[in-house]
Amino acid sequence: MTAKGELERVENDLFDDPGLPAHEPRPTDVDDHLEKRAERQVALMFALSAVCTVLFCVSYFVFEIGDNPTELLGFGASNLTMGLFLGLALTLIGVGTIQWARKLMADTEIVEYRHAASSSEEDKVETLAALRQGTEESGIARRPLIRNSLLGSVLLLGAPAVIMLRDLGPLPGDKLYTTVWKRGMRVVQDVSGTPIRPQDMEVGQLVNGEPAVFFEEDAEGEPIYHGIELQQEKAKAAVVIVRMQPDDIKPWPGRENWGVDGILCYSKICTHVGCPISLWEQQTHHLLCPCHQSTFDLADNGKVIFGPAARHLPQLPLAVDDEGYLVATRDFTEAVGPSFWERNNDEPGDE
Amino acid sequence: MSADTVARTNGKTAAKPEKPSKVGAAATWADDRLGLAGLAKKNLRKVFPDHWSFMLGEIALWSFVVLLLTGVFLTLWYRPSMAEVVYDGSYSPLRGLEMSEAYMSALHISFDIRGGLLMRQVHHWAAMIFIASMFVHMMRVYFTGAFRKPRELNWVIGCLLLILGTLEGFTGYSLPDDLLSGTGIRAADGFMKSIPVIGTYASFFLFGGEFPGDSIIPRLYTVHVLLIPGVLLALIAAHMLLLVYHKHTQWPGPGRTEGNVVGFPMLPVYAAKAGGFFFIVFGVLTLMGGIISINPVWAYGPYNPAEVTAGSQPDWYMGWPDGALRIMPGIESHFFGLTLSWNVLLPIIVLPGVMFTILLMLPFIESWITQDKRDHHLLQRPRNAPTRTATMVALMTFIGLLWAAGGNDIIAIKMNLSINQITYFIRAAVFIGPVIAFIITRRWCISLQRHDNEKLLHGYESGIIMRDAQGGYSERHLPLPLERAYTLTARDRDDIFVPQLTTDDNGVSSPTARKDKLRGRLSQLWYGDNVQAPTRAELDEAHHHAELEHAHEVAMSGHAADGHQFDGRAESVSDNQLSSR
Repeated sequence: MTAKGELERVENDLFDDPGLPAHEPRPTDVDDHLEKRAERQVALMFALSAVCTVLFCVSYFVFEIGDNPTELLGFGASNLTMGLFLGLALTLIGVGTIQWARKLMADTEIVEYRHAASSSEEDKVETLAALRQGTEESGIARRPLIRNSLLGSVLLLGAPAVIMLRDLGPLPGDKLYTTVWKRGMRVVQDVSGTPIRPQDMEVGQLVNGEPAVFFEEDAEGEPIYHGIELQQEKAKAAVVIVRMQPDDIKPWPGRENWGVDGILCYSKICTHVGCPISLWEQQTHHLLCPCHQSTFDLADNGKVIFGPAARHLPQLPLAVDDEGYLVATRDFTEAVGPSFWERNNDEPGDE
Repeated sequence: MSADTVARTNGKTAAKPEKPSKVGAAATWADDRLGLAGLAKKNLRKVFPDHWSFMLGEIALWSFVVLLLTGVFLTLWYRPSMAEVVYDGSYSPLRGLEMSEAYMSALHISFDIRGGLLMRQVHHWAAMIFIASMFVHMMRVYFTGAFRKPRELNWVIGCLLLILGTLEGFTGYSLPDDLLSGTGIRAADGFMKSIPVIGTYASFFLFGGEFPGDSIIPRLYTVHVLLIPGVLLALIAAHMLLLVYHKHTQWPGPGRTEGNVVGFPMLPVYAAKAGGFFFIVFGVLTLMGGIISINPVWAYGPYNPAEVTAGSQPDWYMGWPDGALRIMPGIESHFFGLTLSWNVLLPIIVLPGVMFTILLMLPFIESWITQDKRDHHLLQRPRNAPTRTATMVALMTFIGLLWAAGGNDIIAIKMNLSINQITYFIRAAVFIGPVIAFIITRRWCISLQRHDNEKLLHGYESGIIMRDAQGGYSERHLPLPLERAYTLTARDRDDIFVPQLTTDDNGVSSPTARKDKLRGRLSQLWYGDNVQAPTRAELDEAHHHAELEHAHEVAMSGHAADGHQFDGRAESVSDNQLSSR
């Protein structure tokens, strides 16, 4: 047997091709009883599918969702029954159809010949000739002035496509370097907004904190920060406040007075890719990021001791105000959150 | 075998001209305007070969259809808006909380739309299975050599489908704007910022300002429901058209050659089987959506940039880059007041790009080494391409280890291990593991090739133990049936590339000498240790030897069993003789 295209044959010099095996009839081909049974099976599956579809429609209307969902075996009845009945309705149509194909449709294998994927030689020649003729008639090769000016002007059209994207967002400016923290701003609990006094904190305790301004209102009684603006500032200003034994703390030079009685405040935003960090290992003063397991030593200036982060956690200098509450003495001294290209890295301590 | 012996059908009634019917009239009406009969004539009875592994790509195709159907349903209620609203829907634990409109609409779909939760879950399960089946289908195509000429471009389209499917998944699971998906977007912001020079700008432009801003959800929505699905649809169409044009590959066997395709016709058998399979895929996904909870966004709460949950992980197909991110040591370079974050850039931006490029190039690398420019329509068993099989297993080992690293916290908790030690172990294992996997797989394949040759030369183990006159025992081997022997030997002998003389008669060295030398070495590595099918002489020698041995036994005992009494191919020994022993 030879194929029409020039397809190479797998060499088999050992055995001659015995050819396709003879068609063996299936039980349903030769036994009328079995054929009828297969027919009934297929029809039964289609009928059961229809029953399931009806049950699906019934479930849609019968079972409550919302405030008072109907429960079935501890599951939401609506979702469970609709999923079951629609799933069965679909599956039964599929199984029935395949059963039909396997048991009753003709099952003789037939042969089709392959041809090479390439075009015939004549076609190639004719195509090339047409291409050449078309090119010549256009004169594109003979008139470089037209060709080049067209090329140039079309290429330049890329510029509008690029500059039109300019207004997607503002330029970064110094936004990544500043947060809302400033001298005298109270550190408050992140949920209740209550200010924190040093004596409220026990040794080993960690409190999630935020700047008090997130809970303050302006003259008209509206929150100063809300909505997207609040989210953007929160993404930089979130902190953790921890109290450790003062003897355990080894501050870098210049950071000796950044804490109050062993209470230190660090940025909560991981310097790796920006997840909020809050898994606190009390005994070791380690803080672990749940996203990629970077671990920071809060007794040692927030240094990285494990994981993919490359930089220490920025520390927020603390003091106590007239009423005895913890306040920041200034904004962070460096950009918080993940590193970025323009970030100027003048490390305050050894890394 | 000639084409005349091939039955076109085994239907029980002869075909006869049909009476005029309404269907016929409609077909004529359409053909008068579209002229499709010529195309339909060829394709209605198009032959597809049968093998279970050809179904894997079909799972991906039908999952995609399910994604389109369920996705359209979800868009009817989903609101791609980050405006802050106060929730007052049915789910009481979140009532009164501020959240984005996107998250509220996801809750609304889950709790207040009948069938909404079902469709959300079916959509998410279908996405998981869509990408998983693309992965497995791709491995099937690679392991069996189905990517070889003329199908390399379809391999490239398949790779593009895989990466686009992954991106489509990421944009999709970010849309509910719950705490988990918001954390994913937060990390994506960090990834972007690690890109040198343009990173910060890219982040500010994508988010419309500082993270999180109010633009990312509507923008991801457009990408998720319009841009990527449009490209996916076009590429899937191209993938299918090429499949039809090339005709499906088939396994070698009696009557199945490079020049034909043997199987069942599209109409009716494959229309029924493939159509039925769509309903099964849809049905199973719907059952999963009804029974198995996935991405319960209400349990995570609205996104808050100051909160996160332990055990935060992306969907499974994002697990391996996430694992790479976790095991990467924290390295950052600082120069001229600039920062280059290798610890983020390498694992999450560079590595996926490199892996994707390698995947895309696999067919071209192989054909460059082997210089095999022939068309291939017969599949190869993985064992018959040991180096290729080992290459894919090495890649799988690499990805698999990174994937495990993506769950290092869960592994540590569930198996009571140290997360630090797991991380250190995987840091080393991603380099050593693929090498070990490569060597083992390659040798394993070669052993299997030897085993095949053993069977060809000395027959299969019949399980019949013979006792000879001296009291020794041996197992009777019987020759393989012809069909089996033919199938085993229907493969090419490997052709190791030998570099030509590097200098011509005038002493001028060939401009491609170095390239040829490299190719010769690689070709030696690729094929050198493979076991080739036995030669005619080896086969004759082995059979001759077996006959001699048999004759010798018969001579000694007079009525030795040759084993054929038990495999139904008795020739020389009658039942009578057998029972007299």
